[in-house]
Amino acid sequence: MKAKLPWGLWRAQVLAILRLELKKNFARKRAIPVYLLAASPLALYAAHSIGYARGWNQCTGHEDLTDFARVFQLFVLRLAIFFSAVAVFMNLFRGEVLEKSLHYYFLAPVRREVLVVGKYLSALLVTCVLFGVSTALSYLMLLSHLSQTKSHALAGPAMAELPAYLGVTVLACVGYGAVFLILGLLFRNPIFPTVGVLIWESILVFLPSILKKFSVIFYLESLCPVKVPFHGGGAMFAISADPTPAYLAVPGLLCLTVAVMVLASLCIRRMEIRYGTE
Amino acid sequence: MSGDNQIVFEDVSKFYGEVLGVNRVHLSIPPGITTLVGPNGSGKTTLMNLMTGLVRPTRGRIRVLGMSPNEPERLFRVLGYCTQFDSFPKGLTGYDFLYTTLRLHAKGRAEAHQLAMNALERVSMTEAAGRRIASYSKGMRQRIKLAQAICHQPSVLVLDEPLNGLDPMARAEAIALFRALAGEGLHVIISSHILHEVDRISDQVVLLSNGYVVAEGQIQAVRGEMHQEHPLQILVRCTQPGLLAARLFAQDHVAEVKMHNDRQGLLVSTRDPDLFYELLNQLVLEGTVEVSSVAPADDDVHSVYEYLIGTEGGAA
Repeated sequence: MKAKLPWGLWRAQVLAILRLELKKNFARKRAIPVYLLAASPLALYAAHSIGYARGWNQCTGHEDLTDFARVFQLFVLRLAIFFSAVAVFMNLFRGEVLEKSLHYYFLAPVRREVLVVGKYLSALLVTCVLFGVSTALSYLMLLSHLSQTKSHALAGPAMAELPAYLGVTVLACVGYGAVFLILGLLFRNPIFPTVGVLIWESILVFLPSILKKFSVIFYLESLCPVKVPFHGGGAMFAISADPTPAYLAVPGLLCLTVAVMVLASLCIRRMEIRYGTE
Repeated sequence: MSGDNQIVFEDVSKFYGEVLGVNRVHLSIPPGITTLVGPNGSGKTTLMNLMTGLVRPTRGRIRVLGMSPNEPERLFRVLGYCTQFDSFPKGLTGYDFLYTTLRLHAKGRAEAHQLAMNALERVSMTEAAGRRIASYSKGMRQRIKLAQAICHQPSVLVLDEPLNGLDPMARAEAIALFRALAGEGLHVIISSHILHEVDRISDQVVLLSNGYVVAEGQIQAVRGEMHQEHPLQILVRCTQPGLLAARLFAQDHVAEVKMHNDRQGLLVSTRDPDLFYELLNQLVLEGTVEVSSVAPADDDVHSVYEYLIGTEGGAA
């Protein structure tokens, strides 16, 4: 008969890892850039609100909503969450190797797979909460102005798009988190692969449809409630592609994450503690 | 003795690329205090990392109380390892460090608290428990690592240079703790270069040099195997040392006899201590000499280490 899996033990250990990770990683100066990145859209929309209140800006209804979508896709997804994922997920194991403290986890009676899950969830929790709150508050600030102006009729339908933005924010953390977790494990110096991913995600708009599918941002943009047309100098070279439907994009990103977790678990199972050679 | 009560290395080798860690190690470590002795780079830490699964053998098989080091979820319920790395998870107090470790062992809150406090008390760190580890002295960091290794009450304790950084008082306390733990039936495996202290506490030693085990066992037994090459030196304090020397010179097993500076004793080198003691007893019974003390002069770890390995490599 097959032995029963110790789910209760694993849950307790994941929670213990979560608590420890939150304490040692997110209550430290090293986390400040992540907080700043999460706070920057808030600061932008707070300034926008002040502009409305003082009459410096004019509320333009639909354009405001499109601008939000543009800020969300170009800044929040491509920069803020991307670089936060680099800082947080890439250092989950690599940071501990550099600080020579990973062996404490390896000396506990914890399956290495449980360790990977615990660490990943801790980073996911923090990034989702930070960017989820930031996105929600930014959007609500925008909607509060729409509801006070002649565009108030837009506020109700726009409110219905907030869950979609939050969902995409969570998926961005899930997807980029998985990518940078594995890059941090596979490469001794992950700077170059990170730059490679950044360039790939940036030039995606110029690539054929088939190549667009090998990215995270393509699926995230497909899921965004407002589509943002590509403008700028290179617009004539942009290749448009049909967005991936949600029923494929969401499971696709989740499958990518599961595959990465399996690969990360294999890496961690084989990992030896040899700080001197890192 | 059952293999499930021992730590067993079967033909274990470890190479770091082309660099030899340890080679062809065969060992069986029973309960009690076992000390790994050898110069820097001799393979002491590699052996410890192998038995705790922090590194994997290139060849061979290791079992710790019947368990493979590849099963951390089983192994670390019964094993505690105090490593040589002087680094800690950032931002934690001494108490947090132990409490979190115990929570990783899936202990409940109350039990984790109780075990953490017990461990802190055993290493005399209760007062400093609420301070951040970053503010600890080297000796305090060493003690909190020791507490972390013992907090879950393991039956195998692996300690890599545990006396480093401790002042003499703390060292004496640590040694007393190791003895107490060994007395409770634990396997206590220590690497140390402080040989005179190791000598006092070890039940058995493993001497390493350049990745090879050059000797293992109880130190007197190891010394006994070297009598032909390095005759045992015995200091005899007695009356009539000249007469004793004359009788000893007639024995084949006596390699050398030196008169003590105060002419109240002899330093005898013998290849067969049993025959020597037999003769000495006979002379005492005959009344030829009056002996006030007899003590081997070079059957300690330090001497064995010097004979087998030499003094290079930083051994003290």
